Amino acid sequence: MIWNRDAECESAEQRRLLQGYQLKKQVTHLYEKVPFYRKKMDDLGVGPGDINSIEDIGKLPFTTKDELRETYPYGLLACAEEELVEIHTSSGTTGTPVLGGYTRDDLNMWGEVMARCIGMSGGTPSDVVQNAYGYGMFTGGLGVHHGAQKMGCNTIPAASGNTKRQLMLMRDFKSTILTCTPSYALYMAEVAKEMGIDFRELHLKAGVFGAEPWSDNMRKEIEEKLNLQAFDIYGLTEIIGPGVSNECEAHNGLHVNEDHFYPEIINPETGEVLPEGEKGELVFTTLTRQGTPILRYRTRDITYLWHDQCSCGRSLVKMHRLLGRTDDMLILRGVNVFPSQIENVLMQIEETQPHYQIVIDRDRSQLDDVELQVEVEESFFSDETKELERIRAKIALAMKQELQINVNIKLVEPKSIERSMGKAKRVIDKRNL
Amino acid sequence: MKVKQLSVFIENTNGRLAQVTRVMGNAGVNMRAATIADTADFGILRIICEQPQEALLALKEAGFTARVTEVIGVKLTDEPGGLADIMELFEKNGVNIEYCYSTLMCDQGQAVVIFRVEDIDLGLKILGENGVEAIASFG
Repeated sequence: MIWNRDAECESAEQRRLLQGYQLKKQVTHLYEKVPFYRKKMDDLGVGPGDINSIEDIGKLPFTTKDELRETYPYGLLACAEEELVEIHTSSGTTGTPVLGGYTRDDLNMWGEVMARCIGMSGGTPSDVVQNAYGYGMFTGGLGVHHGAQKMGCNTIPAASGNTKRQLMLMRDFKSTILTCTPSYALYMAEVAKEMGIDFRELHLKAGVFGAEPWSDNMRKEIEEKLNLQAFDIYGLTEIIGPGVSNECEAHNGLHVNEDHFYPEIINPETGEVLPEGEKGELVFTTLTRQGTPILRYRTRDITYLWHDQCSCGRSLVKMHRLLGRTDDMLILRGVNVFPSQIENVLMQIEETQPHYQIVIDRDRSQLDDVELQVEVEESFFSDETKELERIRAKIALAMKQELQINVNIKLVEPKSIERSMGKAKRVIDKRNL
Repeated sequence: MKVKQLSVFIENTNGRLAQVTRVMGNAGVNMRAATIADTADFGILRIICEQPQEALLALKEAGFTARVTEVIGVKLTDEPGGLADIMELFEKNGVNIEYCYSTLMCDQGQAVVIFRVEDIDLGLKILGENGVEAIASFG
């Protein structure tokens, strides 16, 4: 169903007027309330008076992830602390996280955009939504939860894991929509098979899958094995969490909730805004956010945007499924990992060289299988296996603490990892995403 | 007397053992004993040979990770219970064994078994006090 026909099917002209109005309001507010943004705008010689339509957005400064970290925890807060009703922090990794702060209005807006996404996936208030995204600081669980509640769906907060119970819930409460990462969906299929549960006898009609990259082949496999229609959802903590964009039943791009999150595509080298249809870095500006609004956030995700006459009737701009990253970030089991983090951990372990290679594959259960090959420091080589096993366990523990995922450590001979003259090939990704 | 043992780190890949032994052969090194400790991903090849320093150099030159450690070569009677006598002696005197393996040396009714013990000096002392011979080298 179309959850909010007025907003989702509005004429392009009307929408741009509204976007312009919201942008001016947002910028004026940020200029007054957030010294960080006032300074950035002053540096560029731009004031709220220069913003009179959405076309003026290009005059505004960009925001980067590093700036979000530097201003943690409340440096970018645009409301009073007591107005916050919920916070989330970015998924991932140690070091400084990124804050998402939500006022009451922000939560309503989050529920609204997320309800639209469920609607785009064919959902209606009579659906039973089984939400198997992680609940907690990660935005996935609660974001989907707020949206399903807003729509009025019976919401099962199953959270991730406990797969056998997941399948029992699905069977006993006749869940019609499953929300989780695509790899977890495939894992469920495998466990169901072991339990003798046939998805054709369950009631799932749709799955809303996101938080990690997936391929068309994976989609086909999920649709066949779980007997449902799979929908791609996109979102990020910096902007709101899940609910930024979602595929509709046409399965031809993700409709961006652009009345709340204004997308641009830029040349990542020059910052120049690219015309519709050209590939580049995706940039978002929140138009209605109160807690932690953000101007022209550089997502580092690569995609392109286009408008078309979508058969679903929505006029919201579309983005293509992500085509890559402008940096070397990897998404492993839903967690953001930078190769530089691995290097930093190895630097701190005296028994190893910071020469490594990471090999990523999907295991039998379609979960990411991560093998880290590390060279043993020659002076620590021992004639006893238990000593080498100790080094391996030490690296594994340090990686788990830093990356929050389990990594298989494989000790290899010194100098056996290929040295490259240019950029070292650190990552071998066999996942075929 | 301590015996020098060569240990070589070997990744679990095809042909790696053949390469190690060929390098040693080409360097004119004569092996007296060898054993492999293996795990799922890698192994440690332990070798007793006549020219451990030459072998070490040859292996390092060929890019292997190797080192020399000291072990005890115990000469024991080549008859039933011979090894048990030594084991009991070590056990009684608190000499912890990390690993042991037998060699190809066997003459005049005697065999040599290699012991890697936690405290090598204690091990040698106990052997000496009990009249058990530890060999000096395989030269």
